[in-house]
Amino acid sequence: MWISPSDWQAIILTCKLASIVTVLLLIIATPIAWWLAKTRSVFKVPIAAMVALPLILPPTVLGFYLLVAMGPSGVLGEITQALNLGTLAFTFWGLVFASVIYSLPFAVQPIQNAIEAVGERPIEAALTLGASPIDAFFSVVLPLAKPGFITAAVLCFAHTVGEFGVILMIGGNIPGETRVVSVQIYEHVESLDYAGAHSLSAVMIAFSFCVLFLLYFFKPKQGMFAGGGKLK
Amino acid sequence: MSELVEKSIHAKFSLKYQGSDIKPFSLDVSVKLPAQGVTAIFGASGCGKTSLLRCMTGLEKVSSGHFKIADLTWQDESYFEPVHKRQQGVVFQEASLFEHLTVQGNLDYASKRASNISQSTTYIEYQQVLSLLGIEHLLAQYPSSLSGGEKQRVAIARALLRQPRILFMDEPLSALDYKRKQEILPYLEGLSQVCKIPIIYITHSLEEVARLADYIVLMDEGRVVAEGELQDVLSRVDLPIPLDNDLGVVLKAQVQEKDAKWHLMLTQFSGGELWVKDNHFTIGDALRIRILAKDVSLSLTPQDSSILNSLPAEVMEVVDDIDAAMALVRLNMGDSIVISRVTRRSVDHLGLVPKLAVWAQIKSVAILP
Repeated sequence: MWISPSDWQAIILTCKLASIVTVLLLIIATPIAWWLAKTRSVFKVPIAAMVALPLILPPTVLGFYLLVAMGPSGVLGEITQALNLGTLAFTFWGLVFASVIYSLPFAVQPIQNAIEAVGERPIEAALTLGASPIDAFFSVVLPLAKPGFITAAVLCFAHTVGEFGVILMIGGNIPGETRVVSVQIYEHVESLDYAGAHSLSAVMIAFSFCVLFLLYFFKPKQGMFAGGGKLK
Repeated sequence: MSELVEKSIHAKFSLKYQGSDIKPFSLDVSVKLPAQGVTAIFGASGCGKTSLLRCMTGLEKVSSGHFKIADLTWQDESYFEPVHKRQQGVVFQEASLFEHLTVQGNLDYASKRASNISQSTTYIEYQQVLSLLGIEHLLAQYPSSLSGGEKQRVAIARALLRQPRILFMDEPLSALDYKRKQEILPYLEGLSQVCKIPIIYITHSLEEVARLADYIVLMDEGRVVAEGELQDVLSRVDLPIPLDNDLGVVLKAQVQEKDAKWHLMLTQFSGGELWVKDNHFTIGDALRIRILAKDVSLSLTPQDSSILNSLPAEVMEVVDDIDAAMALVRLNMGDSIVISRVTRRSVDHLGLVPKLAVWAQIKSVAILP
């Protein structure tokens, strides 16, 4: 099995993309998950549905609209151009943006479930013991919901690595910029380099198995989307 | 507790819940409570006692509420002190320990955050709290390995290490079985004697009230229907909440004499003397005794029967019970009041009227150490 320099480039790019997306998603998804877990607002259901949309939408549909939005006359395109950043389409940061949207439900749902499982009582107990709400979040909610956060991080990373349709739609196939592993495999097959496709695909299978192994190792008793800490 | 205790805790709350999914509920309470000792807030489930506690602690934010403890104002028309800034201890029905921390970690969680509180008259030392609740040997354990009673003792210790000015307890024993309750009650009794802070104790158990409380607030349907010193309230025959078989007085007594042969001891209360079972007390010990109305029968002459205690008394008043067959007779024994629950037929048969001298046969006396 032989991995070419261009394969390595794709693997490194994929890891970089997935890492950045995972970190961003944990930061972005936590307040959304918190809000969804705690709110009694009438907007809870529509917002939850919006967040879950990428779960069922064909990646090409999502990719298409993101491409339009990122284009020079799209909403996002106009904003990025006004900020002198050019347009995001066919750039690495365009992929980051699209991946964050695409993997959002994989971060929000486990974190939301974990926060719901922790419940109000530990937070109330922390408040009555003199912890401010922020203090209570970091000292009580976060540790108790930790399994939910780990699940979210692993799922986001893996899901981003496995992306193909969205990336092809908005990133194209630029080596070192947007050509991630899944696109590279596609490229190998297109050019009838089956040996190259085999070795990268084997790497992907090994990686996916490790991810699932980790996921089940950390949470032996619960399903993938189940929550975290429990209060007895 | 004497009548002189200042009632410096003032709580006034009103709220209304009206929703399609829950039955409408309103709370309308204004009470002044003693600044020391144990105040029991008693009522059936759904009477609003837990809502009242949540309002007093600030966990439920009601726009129209007042809460003051002596010079501290935690809530009035224009001000609401955030929960985490209130120097209060709260013990919930479930222990609510932090599962990711050891017992030590749970206790430190409170003491660290209370470290800026200066040592005042109510300051309680770490070691003192540990020995008071008997949890020294549990420090290294995680909550999941503790029994229900141990968890609740740790929760109480944790609340005390907050260095509270007031301690709230929301049915702390109701999630425990009978044996665990009996195990934890002595700690609660010790607590009320050692702590110089007022304890607000929510419960639907008259037994707990009788054992622990100095002052009682009776609630029904979101309102206070009676309040006062425990002995005064429990010796009323006109309580708006029917207590049925639980109706009974609580008297303060002292061990006078022990009878080793029959395993009995003689206790004296202000209305006379009672022989009770010896529960390993020593002479001079103070204790509470509870005499249920259903355990007091009346006769016009002293009877020679298996009943150990037969005391002379004077009828004060006779009122009808909720039960159409029963009547409540309020009796005066010296300075004490005892209630007897007898059939209306007996009232008629014996001709029970105020001022009549009778003999009260007390079938059973509960000792509340």
